[in-house]
Amino acid sequence: MKKGYFGEFGGCFVPELLMPPLMELEQAMRDILPTKAFQEELDDLLHNYAGRETPLTFCPTLSEKLGFELWLKREDLLHTGAHKINNTLGQALLAKYMGKTALLAETGAGQHGVATAAAAARLHLKCTIYMGAEDVERQSSNVRRMRLLGAEVKPIENGSRTLKDAINAALRAWISEQETTHYCFGTAAGPYPFPDLVRGFQSVISREARAQMLERTGALPDYVVAAVGGGSNAIGAFHAFVPDAGVQLIGVEGGGTGEPDCLNSCSINLGRPGVLHGEYTMLLQDEEGQILPSGSISAGLDYPGVGPEHAYLNAIGRARYGVAYDGDALEAFQALCLNEGILPALESSHALGYVLKHAAEFKPGSRVLVNLSGRGDKDMDIIEHALGLK
Amino acid sequence: MHILEEKILAAGKAGRTALIPFITAGFPALDSFWNTVRELDAHGADIIEIGVPFSDPVADGPVVEAVSREALARGVTLRGIMDLLREHKGEVKAGLVLMGYLNPFLQYGLERFAREAEEAGVHGCIVPDLPVDEAEELRDVLKAHGIALIALVGPNTSEERMKLYAEVSQGYVYVVSVMGTTGERGALPPEVPEIIERTRRVFSLPVALGFGLKTPEQLASLKGRVRPDAAVFGSALLHHLSEGKSAASFMEAWTN
Repeated sequence: MKKGYFGEFGGCFVPELLMPPLMELEQAMRDILPTKAFQEELDDLLHNYAGRETPLTFCPTLSEKLGFELWLKREDLLHTGAHKINNTLGQALLAKYMGKTALLAETGAGQHGVATAAAAARLHLKCTIYMGAEDVERQSSNVRRMRLLGAEVKPIENGSRTLKDAINAALRAWISEQETTHYCFGTAAGPYPFPDLVRGFQSVISREARAQMLERTGALPDYVVAAVGGGSNAIGAFHAFVPDAGVQLIGVEGGGTGEPDCLNSCSINLGRPGVLHGEYTMLLQDEEGQILPSGSISAGLDYPGVGPEHAYLNAIGRARYGVAYDGDALEAFQALCLNEGILPALESSHALGYVLKHAAEFKPGSRVLVNLSGRGDKDMDIIEHALGLK
Repeated sequence: MHILEEKILAAGKAGRTALIPFITAGFPALDSFWNTVRELDAHGADIIEIGVPFSDPVADGPVVEAVSREALARGVTLRGIMDLLREHKGEVKAGLVLMGYLNPFLQYGLERFAREAEEAGVHGCIVPDLPVDEAEELRDVLKAHGIALIALVGPNTSEERMKLYAEVSQGYVYVVSVMGTTGERGALPPEVPEIIERTRRVFSLPVALGFGLKTPEQLASLKGRVRPDAAVFGSALLHHLSEGKSAASFMEAWTN
């Protein structure tokens, strides 16, 4: 396979001015990541600061109702409330070893922004977060958390005012700040080597979950299900299971409201290959190759592209990608709250929503592992509003 | 020798720095765009770069981005640009270069794009999100139709990477003056002479300097070998036109 590609997907489509920092990062990945010092320091941070390993939780009530075993990988219990901290601690530490003094990052739901701000504070790096103005409004509690953690939050008013435009702004800023600053990319997408780097840090999810399933049940799961926006929690949840041919991998895209022609985030299901944000991947785009606005009740899924490895896993049939709509996510959210006492993020609620709605597709008695990538505290305003509670 | 190189060398022979204005297609308005191009041509443009708008222009600053967004809202498409250029083929003496991000070209079909661009009289292409490492397919398709894929290098481009571009480039080499996006700036960064010197060591092509240019005075300190062969200006021209002023009055400052 060509360097930086997953089949035909991936690559490095950036202005020449961004090639040197990307090459510097690639070199640092080779030189620094495998060292004992780096690995030990990262392990310590993940274990004693972020709260790894995360539990594997069996859901007795929902399993009884569904007729199969529902297991949750509890990334929601991590420090800052989502899987994002796995990646930001890794990248922040790498930046530190590279001699960088600052981080910049984009954020959609704000979880990556909060996790970057926390990692930056912990490792004494300056931190600037670019966030679409619409996301700033709908995820205001995360904006407050970032600011309290010492980050500067820059609302982006351009374009669709969401994650896509935040990434544009972050890439532009990185052009001029590359000497001192590492771009802490939030998902397993973007130009090479980010898809590899982020997957590397997130695959701790599936390494742990695989061992936990074997220990608890004596077998691998039959299905692994995860929500896909850019795709970092999903690639992290899939990676260690990819060689296990008997494990079905299911990614779940955000379908939006489900009305005809509604805004959605189904780049694999409804998109075509093209180039955005440095990678060749599945994109929501018009006939002319202009990127279309995406939509989802979940800010973390609201992105018109997807990481190139997901496009590849879909193309070769190793993973399949379903759709859950806003309503499915809300129903799953309530089901998990009321039956199991867990308040999931809207992103994770999509993965669970797919499982509940399509329960008939899952073999009776099988083991279904859902990656519960984040907690729902940040979404309470949206959820209460959508459920008519407010 | 590629025709774009000839155009720049001809200006040099006449003792001038070649002038390369950039204007986004459909600007300042759909019906006045082509007249503006003709006015630029009549007032000293040696090459005209026509911007193909894209929804997510990551190498551009706020002026070009806003103009690009307006153009899309007015319905400007690559297909429409090709039709317009074909319709008016031969009306301008300046070289014509299309500047745009990869995805619209990709969705148009690279072979179809190259064929139609040649028919429409296009001489070159600049694709700011296509570094040399990913450029082979487009470069070869364009070259087969006589169209140069212009190299873009900048302050942080090593000689080693410049060589990768120099081996395969035609037309001219576009030197980005700053570590940043397009847009008007005041004084040029002090590193510019060194960047041009480095570029000349590696490339045998003429050197065009761009990003941040507004007035000819910015080039006054660049003499001899570090004087660029051509100056590219975009945001400053768009800004000037958006104030209702003429292309001719902008060009006058550069030709007098």
